[in-house]
Amino acid sequence: MKAAAMKNEKVTVQLYKARNITTGALWSIVRYILIIGISFVIVYPILKQISVAIKDKSDIYNPTIYMIPVHFTMENIRLAMDILHYGPLLRDTLLFVVSTTLLQAASCALAGYGFARFSFPGKNILFTFVILTILIPSSTLMVPMYLHFRNFDVLGIVHLFTGKEGINMLNTYAPSLITAGLANGLKSGLYIYIFRQFFRGMPGEIEEAALIDGAGGIRTFFRIMLPNAVPPIVTVLLFAFVWQYNDTFYSSLFMSQGNLMAIKIASLPADANQYLPALLGVGGGTNVKADPNHVSMLVDTGILLAIAPLILMYLFVQRYFVESVERTGVVG
Amino acid sequence: MNVKKRTLKQKRAALGIVFILPWLLGFVFLFATPLIQSLHFSFNALKVSPGGGYTLDFIGLKNFKDALYVDPNFNRLLTESVTGMAWNVPMILFFSLFAAVLLNSKFTGRPLARAVFFLPVILASGAVASAQASGLIQMTGSSEVAQELGLAQTGFDPLIVVDLLAHAGMPDLLIDYIVDAVQRIYEIIRSSGVQILIFLAALQSVPHTMYEVAKMEGATPYETFWKITFPMVSPLILTNVIYTIIDSFTDSSLTRMIYTTAFQSQNFGLSAAMSWIYTFVISIILVVVGALISRRVFYNT
Repeated sequence: MKAAAMKNEKVTVQLYKARNITTGALWSIVRYILIIGISFVIVYPILKQISVAIKDKSDIYNPTIYMIPVHFTMENIRLAMDILHYGPLLRDTLLFVVSTTLLQAASCALAGYGFARFSFPGKNILFTFVILTILIPSSTLMVPMYLHFRNFDVLGIVHLFTGKEGINMLNTYAPSLITAGLANGLKSGLYIYIFRQFFRGMPGEIEEAALIDGAGGIRTFFRIMLPNAVPPIVTVLLFAFVWQYNDTFYSSLFMSQGNLMAIKIASLPADANQYLPALLGVGGGTNVKADPNHVSMLVDTGILLAIAPLILMYLFVQRYFVESVERTGVVG
Repeated sequence: MNVKKRTLKQKRAALGIVFILPWLLGFVFLFATPLIQSLHFSFNALKVSPGGGYTLDFIGLKNFKDALYVDPNFNRLLTESVTGMAWNVPMILFFSLFAAVLLNSKFTGRPLARAVFFLPVILASGAVASAQASGLIQMTGSSEVAQELGLAQTGFDPLIVVDLLAHAGMPDLLIDYIVDAVQRIYEIIRSSGVQILIFLAALQSVPHTMYEVAKMEGATPYETFWKITFPMVSPLILTNVIYTIIDSFTDSSLTRMIYTTAFQSQNFGLSAAMSWIYTFVISIILVVVGALISRRVFYNT
């Protein structure tokens, strides 16, 4: 009797086990299908662009080609680089983006620390203003900012000393650098919020210990707090870099003639149409029209060239990207 | 001296103000001043003089009236962006939560999958995205060819899905919604990168013990999701909704219209009035959504 019951139980346990294994296996298959499917949707445009970039002109009208071209060529990349003046363009863009990013991270870290660790009159109201800067659409500030930097003059100082109207700062790096340095640039409110959340989570004992050992507030910040704040710094640097690199709104507002990637990419189709015949050596008259398909090929190659630095960077830092957001404590 | 008499508390307060000083300066001169100026401009006709200055002419509410009653596109674009936002937010939210849960479970190749899923965060803003979209259309030159090729290549007929769902007895509106989501999947994935990141961070912060207890008590994964995961990440739903709303507005056609009104038609006053109407509409939406969601959110404190 007893033995039979035990045997029965054993069988049921085994059945349960088998069921668990099958549902587990089925679920992991479904999961892989979903993940591979979604990944494909994300990666597909990039793959397609790469395929177009290395495709020869003669393959455009070959309908049998899917993704992998018959005639490989570097011609597209060379032409697109010529049209974009890729080398100087990339150098200028990186210089601009890196400098604004660093300034922005620095000013936002200071503000975030100030909001997180000190209490002073009006702190809560001021922090509400930080949130307000996130919420108010930038188009509301667009016109006054434009006029302001077109005729830059803080409290009439320039006018007082030189007797002239203010300085026209448009099409220089100055407007972006000033807004970034004063923690009011692109999405600065968000970065202040990230820093504040992180610094609030750090134990107060560290600061007390530093104070007792004789470090002042500023020294405590630079020697103790900042070296410990690597996750939010990485997060903010990454986001600031990427968003600044891709930004068209402020860059076209302040530097419409600037040598920036985001602006040049927007005008690439027109540029390609204009310069392609001359580059190919078929004459530059107005009657000579480039093949529209060839132009679109070059536009695709140009886009690929524009996002290439971002993708390269992402390959190296994507690990930190995910980890740092989790550790920043944005959630808490 | 006054300085010597200050208490530690006052010193700390002063130091705090020193730390936020750059931001405070920026806020006063680069945010508050332009904000008030912009409001001022919206009641005036603004003329830019070639030297660098500008002159203002008070015209009362005319700019607002022009925006709402005279301009042929403003109302249409405003309603379009608001309805588009209302249509998209649930999709993005649902997808990003789904993707975050997917990425949070353990499987081989997870780092790679994560790297791919966050690629849109990098590529999905501003110039690159719009250039990419136009690039895809231009790939084949004419739109006709693109359409033909598209039909030939995808081979996916949404009618099959419609039929299937209709037979299952779903309401028409829901079917429309799902089919629309399926067809615009690239757009949705592209705009949900940051949201996935936020949800993923939230999922990581759910204590493991809760799941262990649930497993001990015999909860199925489905129950575990709705009884533990969902309430625990629900505060972040509010964050994500607000982020999605703001994000959808920063790149809308209306923003572009406000921009062209100012810098191509040189009608700065009208542009300021438009942007104020826009800001007003957005703030109402944010307040309503915030109030609705925050009442249902579960805070684990």
